[in-house]
Amino acid sequence: MSALQGKACIVGIGNTPYRRGTDGPVDTSLRIELEACEAAIADAGLRPSDIDGILPFYGLSIAEVLAVNLGVEDLKYQATSHVGGAGPGASLANAAMAVEAGLASHVLIPGGWYGFSGRRVRQIIVQDPHTMSGGMNARDFYFPFGLTAPVQWFSFVARWHMNEFGTKPEQLGAVAVAQRKHAQLNPNALMNGKPLSMQDYLASPMISDPYRLFDCSLEADGGAAFVVTSLERARDLPQKPVKLLGVAQGQPYPADDLVGREDVFQLGQTSAAPRAFEMAGITPQDVDFAEIYDPFTFQVIQQLEEMGFCKRGEGGPFVEGGRIELGGELPVNTHGGLLSEAHVLGMNHYIEAVRQLRGEAGERQVENAEIGIVTGFGDFGDGAIAVLGR
Amino acid sequence: MTREAADYHKPLPVMEGMTKEFYENCSRGELCFQRCSGCEKLRHVPTLRCARCGSWDWQWSASTGRGKLVTWTVVRRPMHPDFADDAPYAPAVIELDDGVRMVSWVVDCAADDLCAGMPVEVVFDHVTSEVTLPKFRRVTS
Ligand SMILES: [Zn+2]
Repeated sequence: MSALQGKACIVGIGNTPYRRGTDGPVDTSLRIELEACEAAIADAGLRPSDIDGILPFYGLSIAEVLAVNLGVEDLKYQATSHVGGAGPGASLANAAMAVEAGLASHVLIPGGWYGFSGRRVRQIIVQDPHTMSGGMNARDFYFPFGLTAPVQWFSFVARWHMNEFGTKPEQLGAVAVAQRKHAQLNPNALMNGKPLSMQDYLASPMISDPYRLFDCSLEADGGAAFVVTSLERARDLPQKPVKLLGVAQGQPYPADDLVGREDVFQLGQTSAAPRAFEMAGITPQDVDFAEIYDPFTFQVIQQLEEMGFCKRGEGGPFVEGGRIELGGELPVNTHGGLLSEAHVLGMNHYIEAVRQLRGEAGERQVENAEIGIVTGFGDFGDGAIAVLGR
Repeated sequence: MTREAADYHKPLPVMEGMTKEFYENCSRGELCFQRCSGCEKLRHVPTLRCARCGSWDWQWSASTGRGKLVTWTVVRRPMHPDFADDAPYAPAVIELDDGVRMVSWVVDCAADDLCAGMPVEVVFDHVTSEVTLPKFRRVTS
């Protein structure tokens, strides 16, 4: 058993409304991150000055700026992992180590952006291509050939899988349709009130073949945050703690070149998931629900395979027939995910998992939810995974 | 096909270090990859040190320039404005017979005609006086 199993827990969660369009200023992410932080700290029954560790998301507000706005005068621990959307999971591992080692007591993990009203991906790729995944490799060896955006590079992998295993558009569609169904039960989802049928999915315009419009996540304005502390400290706090049972990170190799890998389907999750399951002492069969980082539909299928929920090549059939819908064998992205709730950097996946394990998910509650997983996926496949339990 | 930089409005590599050498080789009509002097392994994209054997010594080695198409995407809605007039276009991954893979572009082939395993060979597109991009065309024979 790992030294970290069951030692840390999430005791506070908070999020802003998720929107496409915002009234206030949108110059940096700071305002929306702070709104989420305030909510998470209050939910934990703490004051902002009780926070003594801050683990920011790469590229957003740095710890000292968050600290000075929150009145954290004694910031004992801060760190940022440069793994894109795998950041929240990497930070959770860091937070667990920090509280277990006594480096900090109340660790805040924030994230949020004006992903719709602020600078959008289509502007960043023109203004600062070297800051995108792959850095200078992508700038010098991908961009000149018109490979400039996530929807394009991940559609490479989707087609590779289709060529090799016969994965079908309707199977990508099954992910979009399932998650959209879940969003109908989530008032904070951007796609609440907008159901999606398979016909709608197949009729949606092609963006970067094989990816259609509804294969893509929803750029949005939104922030979310959570607070981590020790199980011991949690006894004095108001919320029922959600325990961290296992956590791991992993990287594909080489991480910074999507197309040069010996194993083209390898993800960070390929090695991270078995490590996290082992730490938690579980197998995939023990998982009651999965909140899977979903920048595009196929990356859900691919992570399910690489985590071992099915064999490689069987992810397409796995997601069909309602298996990943609420009431199915493995409900996936019960909030709607990045595809149908909002792209809040995968922070929203943690918020949802905690709500499920607290039994506060309302109409979309997974019955008897005891163990859930949350994955993160960044850059060209960096991975993080947390196994959470009530 | 030489054009002046002023007439070419798409992203270009930053011509420094190993990137500059890679594209300068293309300007001379040679697609070259790094070959490790320690273990002979070819590699792309350029790195300082051989991850396999640890050698820092390498040389540019000319590729046959022949390979096959392994995956691609057909971009219908370009995200980058400089490619707006090119849609639909198809960034592609070419696996060279030498064993390395690279991102490129298949020219003179309609998007619907692309297929996995299609044999291709390199052609050089001198997009500016400084930069030549290695692209690929279908080998029909
Ligand atoms: Zn070597």
